[in-house]
Amino acid sequence: MMNPPLVETRELSVHFGGLQAVNNVNFSLRDGELRCLIGPNGAGKTTFFRLLTGVHAPTSGTVAVNGRSIAGLQTHQIARLGVGIKTQIPSLFDNLSVRENIWLSARRNHSRAAANRIADSVIMDEVGLGEYANTETAKLSHGLRQWVELGVVIAQRPKLILLDEPAAGMTGHDMEKTAELIKRINRTSAMIVVEHDMEFIKRIAKTVTVFNRGEVLVESDVDTVLADERVREVYLGKQTGRQHDTGA
Amino acid sequence: MNGSRNYWPIAAAVIAALSAIIVLPVIYDEYALLQLTIYAILSVLALSLAFIWGYGGILSFGHAVFFGLGAYTYAIGAMNFGETTIALLLSMVIPALFAAALGYFLFYGRISDVYLGAITLTVTLIFFDLASSTSGPQYRIGQVALGGFNGIPSIPQLNVPGFPDWTLSTTELFILSVAILALVYISLRLLISSDFGRVVIAIKENEVRAELLGYDARKYKLVTFVIGGAIAGLAGCLFANWGGFTSPAVFALGQSVQIIIWMVVGGVGTLAGPVIGCVLMQWLTSSLASFGTVNNNLVLGGILVIVVLLLPQGLVPTIARLARGRRPVQRLDATAGALGATPAKSEVGA
Repeated sequence: MMNPPLVETRELSVHFGGLQAVNNVNFSLRDGELRCLIGPNGAGKTTFFRLLTGVHAPTSGTVAVNGRSIAGLQTHQIARLGVGIKTQIPSLFDNLSVRENIWLSARRNHSRAAANRIADSVIMDEVGLGEYANTETAKLSHGLRQWVELGVVIAQRPKLILLDEPAAGMTGHDMEKTAELIKRINRTSAMIVVEHDMEFIKRIAKTVTVFNRGEVLVESDVDTVLADERVREVYLGKQTGRQHDTGA
Repeated sequence: MNGSRNYWPIAAAVIAALSAIIVLPVIYDEYALLQLTIYAILSVLALSLAFIWGYGGILSFGHAVFFGLGAYTYAIGAMNFGETTIALLLSMVIPALFAAALGYFLFYGRISDVYLGAITLTVTLIFFDLASSTSGPQYRIGQVALGGFNGIPSIPQLNVPGFPDWTLSTTELFILSVAILALVYISLRLLISSDFGRVVIAIKENEVRAELLGYDARKYKLVTFVIGGAIAGLAGCLFANWGGFTSPAVFALGQSVQIIIWMVVGGVGTLAGPVIGCVLMQWLTSSLASFGTVNNNLVLGGILVIVVLLLPQGLVPTIARLARGRRPVQRLDATAGALGATPAKSEVGA
């Protein structure tokens, strides 16, 4: 218990003008843990990821990675602490090939020879995109681009992987493959996964954190969370005495 | 990367340069050679922006500032030192240092594209005004009067290093300019296919993604900008040699816009395109000037409009597409066929 948590936020808040996107979030993740983050649209999940990666700076509160505060660090410096992210809409080097995308990710922290090996192993074994290795990512379908970005993040060999809706736009079989891949990646990296699909969540997660209106609503094991009345309310929009909720 | 790197553009550049150096001085007179020399010199300038804009994604709207600094630095250095070797080196070092200082504020200050264009444009206009207002005898550096709007005349020709009396003839300056053009082209080609170059292109493609992978985009852009500044300075030095004269006109708006037009016509995201665009537009300008009755700018503007409307990717990518007989999905992809060492599907792996 001597080690600090891999990620820890304390009273983390950010607001954009009048909008309180993330409000007073205390969150902690152990090394090797896999956590699912759920919540209706606009609950602040993606913004929370942006705070963890340094794309946004918090209005108040702190984020620590491995016990080290990331305040004042640039995005690339946070990445070098071992944080990798797959964004909701795949963010790739569109005019470069699949292999080059993944190679560039590996090359940052490895020699050229090692980067070649990692790129080969990620493409062939981990995401299975061998037949597209030399295809420009701009030409691929949304689903394949999701996998390429997963490959890019894996090739980074980060300690912590943030996945923003990895299964979005995927069909049954692909979703199953993605769940398997996530479990496999989790053997070497801790993960925070934002997802909406409850079946998918049940398949991969033990602990779930629910966001609503920028705050942590509940944090518990999957079954408890799914049975929680408040969670059902925010997801199904059954709140009374309020205007229409954004969630559904 | 492995052995799949494509060397034929480099071989082509070497063969083209050698043929030009051997054949052209034999078949052309000095006047024509002088004309060809300026094409080569301005092509070096075109290559510097081709690298930082076409590959680094940095649209420097005032790129002439480095060209002008190179010309003035060479003039002042050569006239003060007598021997020109140090002046030649300084004509790259001073613009590079200035690019480093300016670039530091631009990139570490996270100035975004449009503002970066506006700032670089303003900087070159400031230099234009500054150089124009140095007409009094009190404005001199060492023995050299800056001359205000009239500029600096009688700039000594480059001499062979260590031999101050052996200055270059018209033919020798032509040979040197073509050799430097080939050298710059080959160096940039190698740089683009190096690991550094791959990251530079990646940052142009998606800066946020590059940073999320741990690459410091600011640093890479700064280095790119400095390299481009040094090359433009070298072109400025050759330009001062070519005319034996430099004036604030080198900092003028038209000079900067011209480079951008060459690139748009030839094809952004290629190295050969801007060189072809430069030679073509320069040739047109001088041909039109000999008619005298046509307004040059009107015709050039018309050509630019036609190119933008009909060949939005520029000449080289369009020709490459036609040659391969298929639709280009991306500019970079189309470029690949023409230039071999592809910026798009690189030799990074495979």
